[in-house]
Amino acid sequence: MTAFQKRTGIIATLFAVVIFIIPFLFIFLMSVKDKSQASHQDFTWPEQWQLWQNFSDVISARNYMLLLAYFNSTVITVGAVALLILFGAMVGYVLQRRQSGWNKVIFGCVLAGLIIPPAVVPTIWVLQGLHLFKTIHGMILIQVAYGLAFSVLLYSSFIATIPRDLDEAARIDGARPLQIFFRVILPLLKPVTVTLIVVQSIAIFNDFTNPLYYLPGKQNVTVQLTLFNFQSQFQTQFNLLFMNILLVTIPPLIVFIFFNRQIVAGMTAGAVKG
Amino acid sequence: MKLIPSAALFSAFLLVSGLAHADTVLSVLSDNNPETLAALDALTKAYTAAHPDVTFEMEQKPGGADGDNMVKTRLATGEMSDILQYNSGSLFQALKPEQSLADLSDLSAQAGILDSFKSVVTAADGTVRGVPFGPAMGGGIYYNKPVYAALGLTVPTTWDEFMANNEKIKAAGKVAVAGTFGDTWSSQLFVLADFYNVAAADPTFAADYTANKAKYASIPAAMAGFQHLEDVYKAGYMNADFGAAKFDDGMRMVATGEAAHYPMLTFGIGSVKQNEPDNLNDVGFFAQPGTDAAHNGLTVWMPAALYTPAGGANLEEAKKFLDFVASVEGCNLMIKANGATGPYLIKGCELPADVPASVADMLPYFQKDGGTMPALEFLSPIKGPALEQITVAVGSGINTAAEGAALYDQDVEKQAKQLGLPNW
Amino acid sequence: MQRRSPYPYWFVLPAAVVFVTLFLVPTVAAFWFSLTRWDLYTATYIGMENFRQFFSEPYLVQGLGHTLIYAVLTSATKSVFGLLLAVLLTSGIWAQGFLRTVVFFPVLVSTIGVGLTFSVLMHPTKGLFNVGLATIGIHGPGWLTDASLALYSVALVDLWKGVGLATLIYIAGLAAISPDYYEAARIDGATRIQQFWRVTVPLVRPATVTVVTLSLIGGLRSFDLIWAMTRGGPGFSSDVLASVIYKQYQAGFYGLSTAGNVILFLLIALLVLPLTWWFNRREVDL
Repeated sequence: MTAFQKRTGIIATLFAVVIFIIPFLFIFLMSVKDKSQASHQDFTWPEQWQLWQNFSDVISARNYMLLLAYFNSTVITVGAVALLILFGAMVGYVLQRRQSGWNKVIFGCVLAGLIIPPAVVPTIWVLQGLHLFKTIHGMILIQVAYGLAFSVLLYSSFIATIPRDLDEAARIDGARPLQIFFRVILPLLKPVTVTLIVVQSIAIFNDFTNPLYYLPGKQNVTVQLTLFNFQSQFQTQFNLLFMNILLVTIPPLIVFIFFNRQIVAGMTAGAVKG
Repeated sequence: MKLIPSAALFSAFLLVSGLAHADTVLSVLSDNNPETLAALDALTKAYTAAHPDVTFEMEQKPGGADGDNMVKTRLATGEMSDILQYNSGSLFQALKPEQSLADLSDLSAQAGILDSFKSVVTAADGTVRGVPFGPAMGGGIYYNKPVYAALGLTVPTTWDEFMANNEKIKAAGKVAVAGTFGDTWSSQLFVLADFYNVAAADPTFAADYTANKAKYASIPAAMAGFQHLEDVYKAGYMNADFGAAKFDDGMRMVATGEAAHYPMLTFGIGSVKQNEPDNLNDVGFFAQPGTDAAHNGLTVWMPAALYTPAGGANLEEAKKFLDFVASVEGCNLMIKANGATGPYLIKGCELPADVPASVADMLPYFQKDGGTMPALEFLSPIKGPALEQITVAVGSGINTAAEGAALYDQDVEKQAKQLGLPNW
Repeated sequence: MQRRSPYPYWFVLPAAVVFVTLFLVPTVAAFWFSLTRWDLYTATYIGMENFRQFFSEPYLVQGLGHTLIYAVLTSATKSVFGLLLAVLLTSGIWAQGFLRTVVFFPVLVSTIGVGLTFSVLMHPTKGLFNVGLATIGIHGPGWLTDASLALYSVALVDLWKGVGLATLIYIAGLAAISPDYYEAARIDGATRIQQFWRVTVPLVRPATVTVVTLSLIGGLRSFDLIWAMTRGGPGFSSDVLASVIYKQYQAGFYGLSTAGNVILFLLIALLVLPLTWWFNRREVDL
């Protein structure tokens, strides 16, 4: 490491601390203060540390609603991401490998899915007709429908970098389409799959608009909705509001820490190979 | 701390298996005001004590337009809880009550409910669909009594006197009027609470307005509310953070004397009771003054109501509960839970003698003949949904009063068309 | 010999069923509902009345302008800062891994959480922004309460939250550039800055296309952050198309709101389709 690299790094770190760390530190400090100090909304050291009390207050609020919300959000996120990987890779694969008139249609759908804002009320109308309204599996399918375009786009551009020779070789060995896909292609997609898992699981876990409309009902509460509901309930209890923000941030953080090394490393390796 | 996971698991278990234990579970959807929750808590506990086979499950909706939207969607999609707490008047009319809510005309408690309330929960087909929940409120101006005493001010009965007071307060280095546009709904008060004065100047305004004959922009008395917003902004009477401060801040400011005035509905005193109990009796209240001291009176908001959706699974049990809420016993439970913040609209339900100063200031208006006038939203089914953005725009100096009034007329037109009213 | 394709179309089927039912059908239905006065019970056909109403809303034109400003601003700043950060964070500087994590961190937080946090930080008198500025003698503005500033403040927070994703995409794009190009450029005597303009910028183009397209679409549709921070206010000064639509929806004007959806869709199509086409054409040229 040259002196220049070291100096730049130190300056960059200083900037990063001010720009990126302080807001998070602020969230944390607010979340451990007592009610009256938190109401000043200033950036000060807590006079009194109430980490555990605020934590248990938020967790136990409204009959442990937050725990139920974690459960629901996890089920929705895991279910939707699994389907997005499978469906997205299958479509991306066919889209890249097979050139025909249908490609234009599929590409048109991808584009439509990326750009068209979902029509909320007509969607409720359809969901009701299918008896999927306010069901967890209905919510999963909605997230799949809304996330597919991005997932297909990501997979199809990545699959373009995988040499066709690989599937040709497998085909000559007598492998059937499904076998080629699951044995040869899907494992090669791991780097982009990791990216997809991170991006989509964060997006779905953090989504609040869609559950608000398509998943009403107390049993169906999701993590972001607790935040939204507490926003007015905790209007005078900023410490609890920020504790809630803190708790809601933790699961995506775990996903990120778990996959952090693999995201960029994986993307890089895959891309260079192509 | 160790106990938390198992306790959580246990309560999650209860949540799922709750149905097995009691014969009926009534779900209740309400706003999340502390007073609402306290009153509901008292009512449901008392009801379960008397009827052990009925238990309740509470759910809160967000406030303001988000909550309105949630209620509309859930009613339309048949997902409404068994009991709904919601506004009466024009917001009630926007729910299409004749289709969405159950007819409550046959409740025995109806005999004890004042007609003035029944009229604001009556659907287009003439049937009553709700029972009153909580007290009636006044819309006017809270003031800080110690500040008034220190500066030798008297309670104004005309708008000019009010502005003269503001000038003296500002000169004394204090915030004259607390602005809390961070809660946008609170910005509407100068316009909505001016309706007593509008009606005094133009007695047929409400009917003409509903019939598409009277407009805010063309009638000076109606535009006065918007003008007040503009004038207060221009004179610089508000706190520096008026754009971000919230309702709780406004009540705190007027309670502690940080600000001398705060235009608000009288339910606001509940916030002072909870957050600044020591200052409870420092807060006084007067009706929003108009042009004529001889015609000084209060614009009144009817209480919210409890409803039950049409065709609900627990319709009969829900109606029995609503019958209980509307009884004198139910009314007394609510007074006990929250203290007296305003008159209840149930015959035989009296307020206790010791009420906070601001409530004592309000009651004389009710006792005087012609001292009150219902707010426009209880006389006309039309309330434009964008009023709170428009009043923020006028009150922040983005638009003039005339522009604001014209914008609001357009907004009203849209609502009237959606409601399918004649003449629009 | 005619063999069945190893890439059968039924692979598309599961995705297609979900997509068509839950996305395309409601979208097509929206075109019908946008021509009605709809209260969820009954939909009355009223022709183009909703569209006429929408365009007579005095704030719609302003909202359209805001939408464009917001989308172009966030998309441009995210690409520029994303690329610069990516170059910085692949140059082997001290604490590089830590910095990558930190820059990506805001992407993880919920939009509502970010919005709530920054509206506290941007409070005109108590907020850390203005308290901090006051210590160096600057009287800070009303970030979210000044009508001429609110939209830009939200865009700033959007940049803060989204730049990490742009950086990540650029880092992957940079990694795909063969070191040989830089080697060749160095041999030709190119300076670091010349290398950046002559090698990095052209060759990182696929990543630029992704970042610009995604953030432009995201910006045009942007709603959550604006709603959490200003709700379109003060007044109407930070209203964008999506929040205007949402307000009509909230007010129960379902037909009108759905008409707004259709307008937004058309606007995005008008902007993004030519852009995509242009990007693709340029790619062929290269």
